[in-house]
Amino acid sequence: MANVRIPTPLRKLTDGKEEVAAAGTTVGELITNLEENYPGIRARICDDDGSVRRFVNIFANDEDIRFLNNLDTPVKEGDEVSIVPAIAGGNG
Amino acid sequence: MSLHSSARVESVLDLVGNTPLIRLRSVEARAGGDVEIWAKCEFENPGGSVKDRAARQMVLDARADGRLADGTTLIDSTSGNTGVAYAMIGAALGIPITLVMPANVSMARKSITQAYGTELVYSSELEGSDGAIRLARARVAEDPDRYFFPDQYSNPSNPRAHYLGTGAEILAAIGDRITHFATGVGTTGTIMGTGRRLKEERPHVEVVAVEPDDSFHGLEGLKHLDSSIVPKIWQPEGIVDRRLPMPTDEAWDAADLLCREEGVFVGHSAGANVAGACRVAKDAGPGAVVATILPDRGDRYFKPMAWEKHYVW
Repeated sequence: MANVRIPTPLRKLTDGKEEVAAAGTTVGELITNLEENYPGIRARICDDDGSVRRFVNIFANDEDIRFLNNLDTPVKEGDEVSIVPAIAGGNG
Repeated sequence: MSLHSSARVESVLDLVGNTPLIRLRSVEARAGGDVEIWAKCEFENPGGSVKDRAARQMVLDARADGRLADGTTLIDSTSGNTGVAYAMIGAALGIPITLVMPANVSMARKSITQAYGTELVYSSELEGSDGAIRLARARVAEDPDRYFFPDQYSNPSNPRAHYLGTGAEILAAIGDRITHFATGVGTTGTIMGTGRRLKEERPHVEVVAVEPDDSFHGLEGLKHLDSSIVPKIWQPEGIVDRRLPMPTDEAWDAADLLCREEGVFVGHSAGANVAGACRVAKDAGPGAVVATILPDRGDRYFKPMAWEKHYVW
């Protein structure tokens, strides 16, 4: 199991939990497992074609998976995966 | 005065405001034609964004009434453009600045503010701008005498900057012809101040608030109001006629098109505003004259390099 850190806007899908355990050998499998336990979360993270949405950053042990193997990036027991929206700030 | 003027000025503060409006004909065509869409080039401000206006007004008003005394440090929560504006104005006026921002703000952002001599404090990258607001409030609560906390989300000087500046400038440029004003909501200062000015002088103008369509979005600077700490200055009654939910993809695509078709390279919030203005013009049909805002330039959001692992771009 890997630990997945959930950003504030998605915690209403994870019963308010900031960090949840997920099973899988790749980031993609973790997301599939998350979807089984927290239905609806995949559609928030991925596009209809299954790829990670443009504005979502996923880090596997602090490495952006875009610079690794995207959803095929391997994960192992105890790894930490973070889902972080690519925003901050208060314009307007 | 502004960057496009050749006049002489005494201070960088005098370069804030009086930005030009650019007509976006490719967007007009996409809205069905027979409409006008005008966008205010806020990237022409000296700090590079619309935030120069609010920051200047908050600092000047606080100095005038004693809230910002000599030796006091200005502290606020901001990841980006407001921080740059505070840093610039603080440097010009000799005011120490402390900024609280989410830890995953890109190195470029951190470097811009630090170049002016500003102190940075980091909040959790998972909690976004709300986490930064909470940490800034906690710092002030620990040592209230040391700090002036402008709190752009609650400070009436923020919309006042737009009431005195942005709104008046749009009226001077477009006047009676304006039918709609559409812009995004973050602190809500731009829409509250500009909207109030427009409604006072041209009550027929319809004011539309563009906001992310979901709490989990990629529109930096904009707030999904229903899931956020609602800014105190957000008082939409009588000013905002309706709210327009904007998908991240539509806004990002609009920003890309502005760059490629108009040669105007802007950030994602500008994309959201222009996509919103396009929808408003399309709905209103022939004769619509829509004004919107281009809050900043796109080069503030370059993707980080592979070696930069924690970021927001």
